[in-house]
Amino acid sequence: MAGSWGTLRAVIMVALLIGGAAGVQGLHEAAFPPPAPSEDSLYITSGATARRLAVGYAALAADLYWIRTIQYYGGIKLQLDAARTDAQARQVPGADYRLLYPLLDLTTSLDPRFNIAYRFGAIFLAEPYPGGAGRPDLAVKLLEKGLAARPDKWEYMQDIGFVHYWWSQDYTAAAQWFDRASKVEGAPWFLRSLAATTLAEGGDRRSSRLMWQAIRESAEIDWLRSDADRRLEQLDAADFIDQVQADVDRARAAGTPVTSWQELIRARAIRGIPVDPSRTPLELGADGIVRLSPQSPLFPLPQEPKKALPASTP
Amino acid sequence: MTGPIGIVALNVFRESVRDKVLYNLVFFAILLMGASYLIGQLTAGQDVKIIKDLGLAATSIFGLFIAVFIGIGLVSKEVEKRSIYSLLAKPIERHHLVVGKYLGLVLTLAVNLGVMAIALFVVLAYLRYVADPNAAAGWDRPALDPRLLEAFLLTFFELAIVTAIAVFFSTFSTPILSAAFTFGFFVAGRFSADLRNFNEVVTSPVSSALTTAIYWMLPNLSQFDVRAQVVHGVPVSATYMAMSGAYALLYITAMIVAATAVFARRDFK
Repeated sequence: MAGSWGTLRAVIMVALLIGGAAGVQGLHEAAFPPPAPSEDSLYITSGATARRLAVGYAALAADLYWIRTIQYYGGIKLQLDAARTDAQARQVPGADYRLLYPLLDLTTSLDPRFNIAYRFGAIFLAEPYPGGAGRPDLAVKLLEKGLAARPDKWEYMQDIGFVHYWWSQDYTAAAQWFDRASKVEGAPWFLRSLAATTLAEGGDRRSSRLMWQAIRESAEIDWLRSDADRRLEQLDAADFIDQVQADVDRARAAGTPVTSWQELIRARAIRGIPVDPSRTPLELGADGIVRLSPQSPLFPLPQEPKKALPASTP
Repeated sequence: MTGPIGIVALNVFRESVRDKVLYNLVFFAILLMGASYLIGQLTAGQDVKIIKDLGLAATSIFGLFIAVFIGIGLVSKEVEKRSIYSLLAKPIERHHLVVGKYLGLVLTLAVNLGVMAIALFVVLAYLRYVADPNAAAGWDRPALDPRLLEAFLLTFFELAIVTAIAVFFSTFSTPILSAAFTFGFFVAGRFSADLRNFNEVVTSPVSSALTTAIYWMLPNLSQFDVRAQVVHGVPVSATYMAMSGAYALLYITAMIVAATAVFARRDFK
């Protein structure tokens, strides 16, 4: 009995002392604020050196670098999203995502079969600034590195095609990569038609839809799948906005004032306030232009790729 | 296990249990459970891959510490505490003692690895249970992949070699030096492939012959690291496993023979 009482007393004393130490630490930090975290840096930039330092635990080191990549990308993106002005955005440390490629390069050098690092990493790199680094060239470089490690990965070829399609608007290169991917054993049938459609109708919304459906079907993780779903909904929203805009333009031509939905409803030009696929009402500007509401989860609509020039155009 | 070797081995195992060596299993379980909770929120859908990597790496690291820090004291502790006199007064040969001590620690390691494998599979089963079926369909390999056992087996071979090296050094050196030598051999063994290519960058035939000789003498431990392949579902052939097992057996035997030879000549007066 005396022994257990002694143990309890010791536990209480330790808890009180640690609580006291934490309190003093809090006061210390209030009096002398700790320095802000310095800008992210990489101490090791060579994949070969990192492999040696990992002493046989390279896969685990790759996981750690992958987690760091996600934190780095997510951290900067969140800060950029929160910045209201360009000046504020420029204050975000490392706002240009300069460490993104070196981190992904290290991750994939440590574990050359780290599939998601290639596929996700290419998205982070290719996406235009501030959503990503705006470096489609590095995205292609990363995916080509993945292909060197696994030459049978048609998904990487497909992704290179997407980068060329969306971010470089090089439809010929995109079609070539889709075609190359379609020839790999086990590749899905739609890649062949994707190659043909891209070449014939690059930049067309129909081919964009086909492209996102392809991404959705080959997505290996939820994030990619839900991103593709969102892009498809954005395309639906763009189609619907075109349709509503046509109704508005017709009403204007008929002499109806087009400054609010109520006027158009009264004139029976439309049945009710139109809503986008997320059920958020569309906005009608004073200039008579129909737009997606900034409150919509689909906002902003992506810039559509430039339309491919017909083959006969000089 | 009967006979003097078996008795010594069982005593080493019992001593490890008494010394709370198996407590590391609790840390291992906590590490895996904590990681599985945290990692899911940090890794963008790669939790199963990372738990497999972490589980296999932790198995190897925990095992390495057990092999080195217990292995180096197996013989030297008996000498230091002078209990070697009472041991050798019993109807026991010196080589029985060395082999028995070695087998006892290998048994401890086998039990450790076995329990760690079960713990890893339990955590993976939980992750499989809570995972979205669409996400699970995108995994390189299923969560409960029996191929993980190949990595466990090769890790066991590697640790058995490291234990043999630790026991060898413990027959004639102090525990601190034995630990340094064994870690040195472990690191060199992991990098031995570099030595093989060394003669391509040196012009001196003597240096080339020396590095080649060192390459063949050092334990080639990199062959036992198939963790990354297994996690990504790259097949490890039965021939590869068998040849690695045969290599481990021969190297261990060489180390134990050397250890018994040194120990047999030691004068304890």
